[in-house]
Amino acid sequence: MIEFEGVTKRYPDGTVAVEDLSLKVETGQITVFVGPSGCGKTTALRMINRMIEPTSGRILIDGDDVTSRPEALLRRDIGYVIQAAGLFPHRTVLDNVATVPVLQGVSRREARASARGLLERVGLPANLGERYPAQLSGGQQQRVGVARALAADPPVLLMDEPFSAVDPVVRDDLQQELLRLQGELGKTIVLVTHDIDEAIRLGDKVAVFANGARLAQYAPPADLLAAPADDFVSSLVGRDRGFRGLSFTDGSQVALKPVDHTVDGLTLEVDRDGRPLGWRGPDGLLPTEGTFGDGANLRTVTDLVILSPAGAAVRVDAEGRADGLVLLEDLAGSVRSQQRERLAALATPEEAG
Amino acid sequence: MTLDYLLDAANWSLTSPDGFPQRILEHLGYTFLALVIAAVIAFPIGLLIGHTGRGALVAINLGNAGRALPTLGVLMLALALVGIGLVPVTFALVVLAIPPILATTYAGIQSVADETVDAARGVGMTEAQIAWRVEVPIAMPIIIGGLRNASLQVVSTATIAAYAGLGGLGRYLFDGLATLQYDKVVAGAIVLAVLAVAIDLALAGAQRLLVSPGVDGRGAGNRPTTARPAGRPAGAG
Repeated sequence: MIEFEGVTKRYPDGTVAVEDLSLKVETGQITVFVGPSGCGKTTALRMINRMIEPTSGRILIDGDDVTSRPEALLRRDIGYVIQAAGLFPHRTVLDNVATVPVLQGVSRREARASARGLLERVGLPANLGERYPAQLSGGQQQRVGVARALAADPPVLLMDEPFSAVDPVVRDDLQQELLRLQGELGKTIVLVTHDIDEAIRLGDKVAVFANGARLAQYAPPADLLAAPADDFVSSLVGRDRGFRGLSFTDGSQVALKPVDHTVDGLTLEVDRDGRPLGWRGPDGLLPTEGTFGDGANLRTVTDLVILSPAGAAVRVDAEGRADGLVLLEDLAGSVRSQQRERLAALATPEEAG
Repeated sequence: MTLDYLLDAANWSLTSPDGFPQRILEHLGYTFLALVIAAVIAFPIGLLIGHTGRGALVAINLGNAGRALPTLGVLMLALALVGIGLVPVTFALVVLAIPPILATTYAGIQSVADETVDAARGVGMTEAQIAWRVEVPIAMPIIIGGLRNASLQVVSTATIAAYAGLGGLGRYLFDGLATLQYDKVVAGAIVLAVLAVAIDLALAGAQRLLVSPGVDGRGAGNRPTTARPAGRPAGAG
């Protein structure tokens, strides 16, 4: 766990980058600091590994004050990924990845050998290891940057706008990759971004920083979308927050109707094995426009309901056989009651406190 | 014929105290000594200023002032102060060599991208490690460029050693002019020019060995055309 205790950063010219920030970052989760530029999110991040020293307040990692150890030693135990990777141009990819283990006294040979394994782990072919950073694409460089940060297997990973210098397609790839990696590694990750969609996609918890270094809201992304704390958060979160918020809800919560249920004159036609073929009605056979299975989120289910000619999404089992229908009215009821529960849950502690 | 002196085999005798081999060695000695002393003084200062960003203005102005000093004038002054010999000559040449080495070391270190230094610090390098393992290797082409520049200036100016009563290739110039032996002057000038080019080529060779292919562009080929890593099918993951 990383704890900010009343942390303030004031520069000699009087600018306050962070003011009295108190915040707990949970172990093994991705915590995202998001906000407009100049809001202090990067300053807050860089105070964790002492790239910036706070003017007052303390930062603790698992109970230990970060200032209790020499900066360089502290930083070797904290992975650090920055925008545009910041690779060392004079070193090969392997030597870049091996940097921290070598600093920690591991032999170059050994460090290179484990670096090779790490390259594959971040989705790069091992033969890239002998190349220099200038020979890689931006996305590949960023993957190397992540591999370098992971090389010494640090429990904490700091990522400062790691994906903002690459194009949207590559960014999407890298985000997926990070989530996959995190699923395997379970690091304590603090990630800074100005992109709210990135924050919502990656964060287990999101800290929204407003101008003036004020912590506007600190909540799981679903709560951010469902119940923004103030106008600032709601404008940052943007449009369609209701619809986007559905992606955090399990689609299997909605009540199912049997497959042979007739919806507005349409019935689902299936083949001999029970796989859906389409909706049979007065206009002939209409396409289902897709199906959903176990683990689908409510956003996917809602989308299918909207697209379906019957206003009903078809649920299939692992073999692709239709095993239930989600009707628009059942979906609406489910969405309504969930939002009501969520708002009630968020409102209660306020009233009690 | 003006090339007679140059082509006379007797002047290339290894044992003759006034032969080319002996004079070339002397000349190289003065040059090397001055360059080493200048580098020992200028390189750490340039490194410190480049790394910390402090004192840049002072260094640049001192460097420019040093450049404006006439080397012959410095030699005269040194001769007047310490008398004839190797010390005043070396002093004058060191004064000549410091500005290019200092300025390029500083400029090279300073040109290292901020994010690279930030990353080096962030992964836990100490300031000395940042300077030696990151900044110096990346700045190496520029630093060696400054050394080549300085060596060219010093090797051609080292002729003033003869003026201060020492040897070196300057002997042919001063003696030849004094005795109106122009073929001797021409020979000295040609050998000097060839020596200057040879030193520059040697340093260029050293540059190839010392500079990482990732820094000087040799490692910039084979850039993949797609952003997607090879060996990973599109749409996977």
